[in-house]
Amino acid sequence: MTDQQQLDLRKDAVEAGTTTGLASPSVDVTKERQNSLWSDAWGDLRRNPLFWIGAVLGLFFLLMALVPQLFARGADPRACDLADSKARPSAQHWFGFDQQGCDYLANVVYGARNSLIIGVTAVLVILLLGVLVGAVAGYYGGVTDGILARIADIFYALPLILGALVLLRVGPSTGIPIINSRGPGAVAIALALFGWMTAMRLVRSQVIAVKSSDYVAAARAMGASSRRILVRHILPNAVAPVLVYATITIGVIIAAEATLTYLGVGLQRPAISWGLQIEAGQDSIRTAPHLVLFPSLILTLTVMAFVMMGDALRDALDPRQRA
Amino acid sequence: MGRYVARRLLLTIPVLLGASFLIFAMVYALPGDPIRALGGDRPLSPAVIAELRERFHLNDPLYVQYWEYLKGLFQGDLGTDFRGRPVLDTIERTLPVTVKLALAAVLFEIVIGLVAGVLAGIRRNSYFDNVVLVSTTLIVSIPILVLAFFTQLLFGLKLGWFPIAGTNEGFYSYVLPGLVLASGSLAYVARLTRTSLAENLRADYVRTARAKGLPNRTVVVRHTLRNSLIPVVTFIGADIGALLGGAIVTETVFNLPGIGREVFNSIRSQEGAVVVGIVTLMVFFFIFFNLVVDVLYAVLDPRIRYD
Repeated sequence: MTDQQQLDLRKDAVEAGTTTGLASPSVDVTKERQNSLWSDAWGDLRRNPLFWIGAVLGLFFLLMALVPQLFARGADPRACDLADSKARPSAQHWFGFDQQGCDYLANVVYGARNSLIIGVTAVLVILLLGVLVGAVAGYYGGVTDGILARIADIFYALPLILGALVLLRVGPSTGIPIINSRGPGAVAIALALFGWMTAMRLVRSQVIAVKSSDYVAAARAMGASSRRILVRHILPNAVAPVLVYATITIGVIIAAEATLTYLGVGLQRPAISWGLQIEAGQDSIRTAPHLVLFPSLILTLTVMAFVMMGDALRDALDPRQRA
Repeated sequence: MGRYVARRLLLTIPVLLGASFLIFAMVYALPGDPIRALGGDRPLSPAVIAELRERFHLNDPLYVQYWEYLKGLFQGDLGTDFRGRPVLDTIERTLPVTVKLALAAVLFEIVIGLVAGVLAGIRRNSYFDNVVLVSTTLIVSIPILVLAFFTQLLFGLKLGWFPIAGTNEGFYSYVLPGLVLASGSLAYVARLTRTSLAENLRADYVRTARAKGLPNRTVVVRHTLRNSLIPVVTFIGADIGALLGGAIVTETVFNLPGIGREVFNSIRSQEGAVVVGIVTLMVFFFIFFNLVVDVLYAVLDPRIRYD
């Protein structure tokens, strides 16, 4: 039991009137054992080169998304001269020029913002849906769980790209706000809507596993409400696996966004996006391969950053995996 | 066992219906008027439009349309596209391509993924093990789209080893797309095999086998590998279902006329009946192979009982 849960238990007991809270033990047993899961995990992470590579790459692209000016070497992605069309990379222009003669480095750099916004937003929505539905299904069980689990099964049986593809194709003609916008919001929502099931299953199974434990029974006996037990005692246990999953999923969503945009249903011009750059570049893959190469490379590195961090986190947080 | 299978089959029905209805509802909200688009440059007469709308049930509310669709489905009729071609014919034409692609992908998963995983698992923390760990992380991180272009560029254009589009050259046409489609699962198979094997090699029965004086080869191949492969085999089985539905990007980039490319083109051209038909089929495959794998699990691992 973590310190927080110990404190919470005591608070429950006070609220329920079963104790005054004054007679707490003079020696706090939890202080003695300082190696919690998280400090153990941090010790592990610190020694993992994969984590550091992922974290540095991740911070690099995060900074690129926040202040692209720093990375564009003074070029404006919208200042173009057709005379430079498809020019090869050079010392002044590291990534060369695109079809319209725009500086390609600036364009690729400015593409990071949309990718990261969509990746992070979609994962936040996934977590919200997953935790909410998973906690309710796992905690209440029975018919509620049966129905919610079936709904998750239905979504699970549809491939992520396929579901998002159809929704985004239909989106603009529906009256639903955000979905009909063809912007980053629509892409993020579409991907989250067909991607929340794994988070839900993780939370659900954790809740079921913890639900019958003694300290939850103790909290209930002291009169804590269902919601309080869920939020303060059960959900904190699901944080570790969900954190691992969320980190990797940011990478997966970024790749999915590029794919949907490439297929023509994601972001639309004049938005700057790696998917659009790859799509435009594929026609001249023989004559100007750098047009596909650079956005692909940066896209891959971004996805890799999150996959590496997630992998390292899993190794650190899951003691069963430790050799 | 029989009761378990029956119960699972029953649970399959609401999932299959729910997934197909979900797609149906979205598809029939597709923008534009497909009947008008059918006329092309020459506008159709109002009478013809009314007749066609009636025939395709476009005037009825959504649930009536879906009910009509289901009635047809149970009689083996998946409807027709707007040019009057039966959807079933389209599926018959395109499915073999996707099946071949999925088989090629599974072949790569087994040959490359399994072998790499076994070698890494036997020599844990060796140089080769680290290479497998790092390269699987890399492969998982490369989006299918990027991998497709990269292999086309390298093996197709630069080296000229394999065709990069179409299905004209038999098995060779499926090498690159199969490899690209398999990539993610391949890396997972390698890791799963490695972890599973390394874990089992620490088991008591392995120590017993070694203590009896059995040669290393026999211990690994006869005793450990067979147990370690149970989760791998079941993963590959379930993956077949996922591959059949996951080929949209691969088939589109490599221009393979399979169900993935067909469903993508149909989404774009608003061919609702084709989209719903193919997606329902994909969902069916996915559920079916998952069921097969769960049953297979009990057959392979006698510790698991479903009753």
